[in-house]
Amino acid sequence: MKNGMTLIVRVIARFVSPMIMVFGIYIILHGHLSPGGGFPGGVIIASAFVLITLSFGKEIAYQKLKESTASAMESVGALIFLILATLGIVFGGWFFLNFLPKGEPLRLISAGFIPLCNIGIGLKVGGGIFAVFLTLILFRLLEKGEGD
Amino acid sequence: MLFFLCFALFLIGLYCVLIKKNLLKIVMGIIIMEYSVNLFLIMVGYKAGAVAPIVTEGAGKVNFVDPLPQALVITAIVIGIATLALIVALCMRVYDRYKTFDITKIRRLRG
Amino acid sequence: MMKLIPLFMAIPLGSAFIVVLLGRFKETISDALATVVTLMLAILSFALIIPLSQEGIFIYRMGRWLPPWGINLVLDGLSLLMLIIINLVAFLAILYSVSYMKKFTAKSAYYGLFLLMLAGMNGVVLTGDFFNLFVFLEIAAIASYALVAFGVEAEELEASFKYMVMGSVASVLILFSIGLIYSLTGSLNMAHVGTILQGQNGNLISFSMILFLAGFGLKAAIMPFHAWLPDAHPSAPAPISAMLSGVLIKALGVYAILRIFFNVFGMNIQLSWILMILGALSMVGGGLLALKQDDFKRLLAYSSISQIGLIMLGVGCGNYWGILGALFHLFNHASFKALLFLNSGAVEYSTGTRELKKMGGLSKVMPFTGATSTIGSLSISGIPPLNGFWSKLFIIMGLVYAGRYVLAVITILVSVLTLAYYLKVQRYAFFGKLGKGLEKVREAPPLMCASMVALAIICVGVGIFFYPIMKIILEPAVRVLQEGVGYSSLVLGG
Repeated sequence: MKNGMTLIVRVIARFVSPMIMVFGIYIILHGHLSPGGGFPGGVIIASAFVLITLSFGKEIAYQKLKESTASAMESVGALIFLILATLGIVFGGWFFLNFLPKGEPLRLISAGFIPLCNIGIGLKVGGGIFAVFLTLILFRLLEKGEGD
Repeated sequence: MLFFLCFALFLIGLYCVLIKKNLLKIVMGIIIMEYSVNLFLIMVGYKAGAVAPIVTEGAGKVNFVDPLPQALVITAIVIGIATLALIVALCMRVYDRYKTFDITKIRRLRG
Repeated sequence: MMKLIPLFMAIPLGSAFIVVLLGRFKETISDALATVVTLMLAILSFALIIPLSQEGIFIYRMGRWLPPWGINLVLDGLSLLMLIIINLVAFLAILYSVSYMKKFTAKSAYYGLFLLMLAGMNGVVLTGDFFNLFVFLEIAAIASYALVAFGVEAEELEASFKYMVMGSVASVLILFSIGLIYSLTGSLNMAHVGTILQGQNGNLISFSMILFLAGFGLKAAIMPFHAWLPDAHPSAPAPISAMLSGVLIKALGVYAILRIFFNVFGMNIQLSWILMILGALSMVGGGLLALKQDDFKRLLAYSSISQIGLIMLGVGCGNYWGILGALFHLFNHASFKALLFLNSGAVEYSTGTRELKKMGGLSKVMPFTGATSTIGSLSISGIPPLNGFWSKLFIIMGLVYAGRYVLAVITILVSVLTLAYYLKVQRYAFFGKLGKGLEKVREAPPLMCASMVALAIICVGVGIFFYPIMKIILEPAVRVLQEGVGYSSLVLGG
């Protein structure tokens, strides 16, 4: 996995992976209006990073997103979700209470704190799946040594 | 009738877990069982002649399929991913120690 | 006071992620944080005894949604008993692992996984909704799969793989059964399902009950489903073995069987016969297989199977003394089995071996470990006035009142068998001449001794003061199980 793949794959991956990331963010933010939400959006963001790792090799992908950053992103996402749930106690008195104003239906900023929860879940799932992928690859590299 | 097919898929997965000797085939048996249960959960919520449960502008009164099993299935799929990641990492480490994927040879604990 | 209930799940979950984030920098931060969190949870679970005895039942509606639309958390006598057991044993196990886990490298990951397992178990005993039960069950189970394989030696990985495959099959069976229940009743709330399924019998309901029994029986290691336990429990690090054997199989397996079969489906005569037969089978099988073991921890694992069989036998009896004895034995077994596993961990820490034939005369060089191990062995065999005696006595009384004299005699014989193999352990490991190469063995570090002595004090104290404990903590739990399907009207009406 030293140099990645051929030239055609690298050019296309460089062009396509930001679009995949934007698509993933779109699915996370519109979780309360259309199918999707935190889980599928997070997996799509992780797959953008996986595409970069597979086509460019591990070193260049390591500069984009280190494994420790992915792990920290995962913990921060989970803490965002828990803090939002606990803020329900502070503002309304019940755990997980939907305390932000609900707005009109079918707008982007509506349905209380559900978009913020989706962002937390998306960070966690994206960071988690990418960290799992990196761990499985790093283990194989530790065994076989660098290079194929 | 369709529910029996779900159960048949479950039994195929169970057959893989019980009979196959390769570690990775056992893992695939577990995955097939989980997929069959997810399929069963979604089929439970189906109503004939209903549409997908997405609210659109100016639609009026529409017949939706049951959205609750769909939320359960999203959660179950993510739990399945977590289990699969852990068990595949475990298989890789087992191969590293025992140098084989054959389950009849991985039997140091007995009695 | 009711507002504190969701903290039992939120605090360990939050601190698991904080420990993983902060433990990267300095290790003592993660030690201190884990110890403080579990101590706080243990104190909180004790503080809920008095408010609960005034109210009777606490129902917490999450997000202010009413049942049956929202998820509600239910705290009644049975949940409080399980909460006390789980958090107390977890605190003592973390205290022990501060010094035991020094030889492992990723200590902050260990604390993170342990706190996740604790959050999962707290969630299972507090929830009143089927799918919430499944999610927390999975959280606890996946954390425990990773913890069993923690020190990555060959045998631990094989044991963890076996445990993982059987645990995943159990979870799939449970999810299938939850799907069947949803298709039959249209609701996932336990109380609402209990109301709808009130007088109905049918093939599908029996099928889903069998699937639940198989799934939770796999988690609780009842005899036909026990094959993962003798491999998984010895291979885990000692505080994890104490948590797995003392708390996890009870919170995920036995508690779920009790809650679902007594409060949702309603007990009938065939179900109690099935539970009694499975219990008797586990008791005898586990006891006989434990006699021929040479490995200290494997013997303790088979003994766990035997004692869980005794609990299921008491539960299947159905009358007051049987259920009281079974719940008391749940509490006692957590304390003395955790004590014995922590002892075996201390022995392994100091001598480096787990085989009985290589040890000998350890109570001369390890006085605390030897004394507490003797107390634990006498408790589990049922010697008065320690606590095991009272719980076994109540179960035998329950069997005699129900008219099952054969099973009562079998129970007495298995108790004698238990005494036999624990005396074997004591003779080989702790008494007798000092074994070869064991002269330089010293006592375990002070934190490990402290948690072992605390558990021994619990064993002796509960044995002597069993009457107030029975009245305050156990009676409400027995009442919950005896009113059976009255649980539904309590939760929905209140």
